[in-house]
Amino acid sequence: MDKVKLYLDKIKKFIRVDKIKKILFGRNLSDGLILRSIVYLLLISIGFVYLYPMLYMLSYSFMKPQDITNPMVIWVPTELYFENFNKAIITLKYFETLLSSLTITLVPAIIQTIVCSLIGYGFARYNFPLKKTLLFLVLVTFIVPIQVYTIPRYVMFHQFGILETALSIIIPSIFGQGVNSAIFILIFYQFFRIIPNAFFEAAEIEGAGDYKIFFKIAVPLAIPSYITSFLFGFVWYWNETYISSLFLGQDFQSLQIKLAYFVSQFAASYPNEEAQRLNEGIRLAATLLIILPMLLVYFIMQRYFIEGVEKSGIAGE
Amino acid sequence: MTKKTRKALIGYSFIGLWIIGFLGLMVYPLINSLIYSFSKVTITGTGIKLNFTGWDNFVSVFTSEQGFIFRERLVDFAIQLALYVPIIIVFSIIIAVLINAKIRFRGFFRMIYFLPVIISSGPVINELITQGASGSSFIESYGVITMIEQNLPSFLAEPISEMFQQIIVIFWFSGVQILIFLAGLQKIDTSIYEACSIDGAGPWEIFWKITLPSLKNLVLINLIFTIVSLATFEGNGVINLIVENMNNPLTGYGFASAIAWCYFLVVCIFLGIAAFLFRNKKPTQY
Repeated sequence: MDKVKLYLDKIKKFIRVDKIKKILFGRNLSDGLILRSIVYLLLISIGFVYLYPMLYMLSYSFMKPQDITNPMVIWVPTELYFENFNKAIITLKYFETLLSSLTITLVPAIIQTIVCSLIGYGFARYNFPLKKTLLFLVLVTFIVPIQVYTIPRYVMFHQFGILETALSIIIPSIFGQGVNSAIFILIFYQFFRIIPNAFFEAAEIEGAGDYKIFFKIAVPLAIPSYITSFLFGFVWYWNETYISSLFLGQDFQSLQIKLAYFVSQFAASYPNEEAQRLNEGIRLAATLLIILPMLLVYFIMQRYFIEGVEKSGIAGE
Repeated sequence: MTKKTRKALIGYSFIGLWIIGFLGLMVYPLINSLIYSFSKVTITGTGIKLNFTGWDNFVSVFTSEQGFIFRERLVDFAIQLALYVPIIIVFSIIIAVLINAKIRFRGFFRMIYFLPVIISSGPVINELITQGASGSSFIESYGVITMIEQNLPSFLAEPISEMFQQIIVIFWFSGVQILIFLAGLQKIDTSIYEACSIDGAGPWEIFWKITLPSLKNLVLINLIFTIVSLATFEGNGVINLIVENMNNPLTGYGFASAIAWCYFLVVCIFLGIAAFLFRNKKPTQY
């Protein structure tokens, strides 16, 4: 009996179950063979679902009409065909439209960031009557669906005569009522709240006024929050189409609206061209052109999207 | 003037723009919208004319043909919300945990997973879906949908198979949520993990006992964000109906405002449920 036990011990020592278990399952999510392969499998397969539309778009936008109808051509076009982009650029009047698109995205995004930082700072550093209530109302403005108040706003802007001009998009941003402004106010609120008081007290003792303190101390400290807010504001304005299509009308030249009415736009740009019929290639080339500015911004500023969210207090308290 | 009142005034000066905007661009339109919803609104050359009609607009939500379409779309929206929201939350927690782990090419994976944040606009998603680039065809080819339709009762199979067809929409609505969860995960002190694994906790226990509880507060934030962003998404049938009715001479702004308020009520119910389920329970006192 003892011998058997001895052998078993020897075998156990040889196999070292613990070690195998450690290799397979690990102690953390990132080590351990089984878990790690599951993690990578999940990451890659879900990542593919995300990338699929991008790849599809990229591949089709370079295909000749013959390639699109040819079942033998999958993913890789027979040649790089730029005519789709050419047609899409003409139909969208791309460069002109890009400029007017920027006036209703870049401008309000910048204004909104500045205004929201002021508001967030006010809430974070000062005590005044009704502060809690007002802060709660900031949250409420985020929750109320835009549909409830767009109709009267539409009527109001009509009376002011700013409908179908860029002002109808820019004015709300001046007053902290732009696209998701409440979120930016809260980001700045959270950020300014966690700056130690000592910074401000020291400046106050030195005799700096309240506004000087804001510009000289608070703003430089909050640069990452500014960048993050601006980026998200820019992206959200770029992707917002409900209000802009309503307020600006079909005639205003914005890229997103042009994409929404691409079929009729194409017919207007290419009348009587039966042979040059609109196909997926052209439409996807147009779609690609519209997300291209955002992709560029994203690739250049990528780290601010992620670090910014980590540093600014979105996830805080 | 005491220092306190001076400071309060300076505080108001910082948030002044917001107060003006809130009153002028939010409260005033909301009151008007409420008035419209109780009126027949006619557009004249000089402006708009209101005839008070009492509850007529709200009654016609339940009686007229447009009202019927609205109720139908509202039910669709409610089902969509009830299905999508939990999936989006669970999915974004999983992704956030995955890309927070120490993996290779972390930057690359993050870049892919945050793509939706930057390109999810109504026209772009519409274009992708109509041009077949949404990935649903690629899921269909695996026969998942036919399997569901054969094995489940139809009232369940229909929304679920639709959900699979719109999986891309679900994925593409998770960008910001993943970011927020990831930010929350990064705030967990790594020494907690170390302490746990020294005490013999495996990854499974750590996930349920440490990771998930620390994300709990963020779940509510993300729930609110998801509900609101689904509710205001351009592809949503209800909000398109509101615009259609605005321009419809038979119904007009009055009826459009009435259905907008009904819609708001439904959204509020969902937000209320979310807030109730994930409310911050006060620590019990002894």
